[in-house]
Amino acid sequence: MSLPLAATHPRLSVHLFFPIIVIVLTTCSSAFGQSDTQLDTTVVDDTVSIAAAPVTTLLVEDGKYDDGDSLRLFWVPSIDDQLIDSKVTGYRVYRLVNDGAAEPIVDLLPGVGNYTDKNVELDSSYVYYVATLTESGEYPSIHTESISPQREWINFRRGYLFIIMMIISAAIIFYVETAKRGKKLFVRKIAGLEAIDEAVGRATEMGRPVLFIPGISDMDDVQTLAALTILGRVSRTIADYDSKIFMPVSRSLVMTAARETIKTSYQAAGRPDAYNDDMVNYVTDEQFGYVAAVDGLMVREKPATVFLLGAFFAESLILAETGNSIGAIQIAGTARPAQLPFFIAACDFTLIGEELFAASAYLSGEPRMLGSLKGQDVGKAIAMITILLGVVAVTLSEAWGVGIMTDLHAWLVKVFSSS
Amino acid sequence: MRQEIPLLITAIVGIGFVIQYFIPHWPFSRMSDWFSDWFSIVGACAIILGALNLMKVSIEKTYKRKEDWGYAAVIIASFLLMTIIGIAEGRGFRNPGTSFDWLYNFVYIPLSATMFAILAFFVASASYRAFRARNFEATLLLIAAFFVMIGRVPVGHTLSSFMPIGWQLSDLASWVMTVPQAAGQRAIMIGIGLGIVSTSLRIILGLERAHIGGGK
Repeated sequence: MSLPLAATHPRLSVHLFFPIIVIVLTTCSSAFGQSDTQLDTTVVDDTVSIAAAPVTTLLVEDGKYDDGDSLRLFWVPSIDDQLIDSKVTGYRVYRLVNDGAAEPIVDLLPGVGNYTDKNVELDSSYVYYVATLTESGEYPSIHTESISPQREWINFRRGYLFIIMMIISAAIIFYVETAKRGKKLFVRKIAGLEAIDEAVGRATEMGRPVLFIPGISDMDDVQTLAALTILGRVSRTIADYDSKIFMPVSRSLVMTAARETIKTSYQAAGRPDAYNDDMVNYVTDEQFGYVAAVDGLMVREKPATVFLLGAFFAESLILAETGNSIGAIQIAGTARPAQLPFFIAACDFTLIGEELFAASAYLSGEPRMLGSLKGQDVGKAIAMITILLGVVAVTLSEAWGVGIMTDLHAWLVKVFSSS
Repeated sequence: MRQEIPLLITAIVGIGFVIQYFIPHWPFSRMSDWFSDWFSIVGACAIILGALNLMKVSIEKTYKRKEDWGYAAVIIASFLLMTIIGIAEGRGFRNPGTSFDWLYNFVYIPLSATMFAILAFFVASASYRAFRARNFEATLLLIAAFFVMIGRVPVGHTLSSFMPIGWQLSDLASWVMTVPQAAGQRAIMIGIGLGIVSTSLRIILGLERAHIGGGK
């Protein structure tokens, strides 16, 4: 009878309804002598509350432009994480592989709202959830939907880079072909390279050797390759002049490649008998051990000419100053901007950055090689136009709020920040 | 054939490396690691050649009592000492507390640090030459260097503390470093980047052969 009463009197609250029932039942039980029967009640303590809210909006997506080896998780951190006296100590990411048991894969700091799982396999499916960690326990979020990683064939994020690379490469090939057809190309004089013959000649006249140092990087550094291409030309001149070269190196592979380079140059000069393997010798891979050995050689052998070409680090000035102190004519070149000031201060000629890479083409004088240098100019033109556009766009956007310039600036940033 | 095969290998590997940068799919995704591993393997094998060469040259010099043979004798002794101790201590020869570790930390590192420390004196002598006001450019360099150096030490800040913020010596030093210096450095970097592209293309296309002993 109580249910219809409650239904027909909606304003009659449960606070009134239950006491009536209790009074009726108590009265009845007393009347029928059943007072020994106790009412089974549960006490609810409303002072206990959840220590931290779980994370929300948990999403999982396939890693973009990869080999199917990553899944990315995003979530909104627990609302309690934003409190000043937050009880949240971090987040724990759980993973279920192929509907198996949940396993924790990483613990993250408070405030973190994303994670990339790079330990995934193509043929498996994954479900994730994130637990909010507090001193009193873990508070899990809902589970994500099941997902499997996917492979992509093209990295479209690098699309702009690909286009720029194609334009510059096409320009280089175009000028190489143009030069092959016999068109004269102007290449400015590079003082450091013009001085090579003179420097080798000086060593010959003085009866002293030429010291060639190809930096301290291995053959996987393009600067070392550039240095060896110059070595090919220099050793040819040395063979022609019947001068001497010695070359201490800090990498075994460079030793092998340099020997081959010098040997072939001596053969090309028609003097294979003048070559011997001891022209190039390995010292040590250790940076300052190498410096100590080369400095000692410089002071003892007193070479008339020193070439410092390749990748140099903290040893650049030590080597260059030692060379300077023995009165050698020094030609240096590196693509490490931090070392350039040292070479400029201590050497007679310095190949700055791109000049190191241009040296081989310049020295060969072959039209095809010079054509490749001309092709680089297209790249420089693109760089100059882009810088000018960028400066104009940022200026007009910041100073006058020109909308199209803001868009242009954003687009330029997007193009040149793709990686 | 002696040059063609290396050129072919270079072209294939070079093009492969360009492709793998834009294609994340297997097997391109693994190419960089594979080549890196192979480079390490070849390098590890080549170190034997290097060590043998070092020993050959040093032993020859010592045996024939050539000029300055004493240095070569020191090389032989040091090489043998480190090698024998390393082998005697087995796989954990680099662990802390081993004799090899002691020699490395208390002999090699101090020697290495000594060489590095010489740099301070060379910086002073090179700066003295570079900052002489021989012409307009050198004078400009001298003035810029003066302001950068004094602006980066506490005394510079103290000397110009009466000036408004933004016009103090430290601000001037920061401006020199972040505007003209950074602009010049970026120009060099752009040139280097293009130079690398051009050199790489010449090597991949086989135009550049000097590094394998070819070319005119």
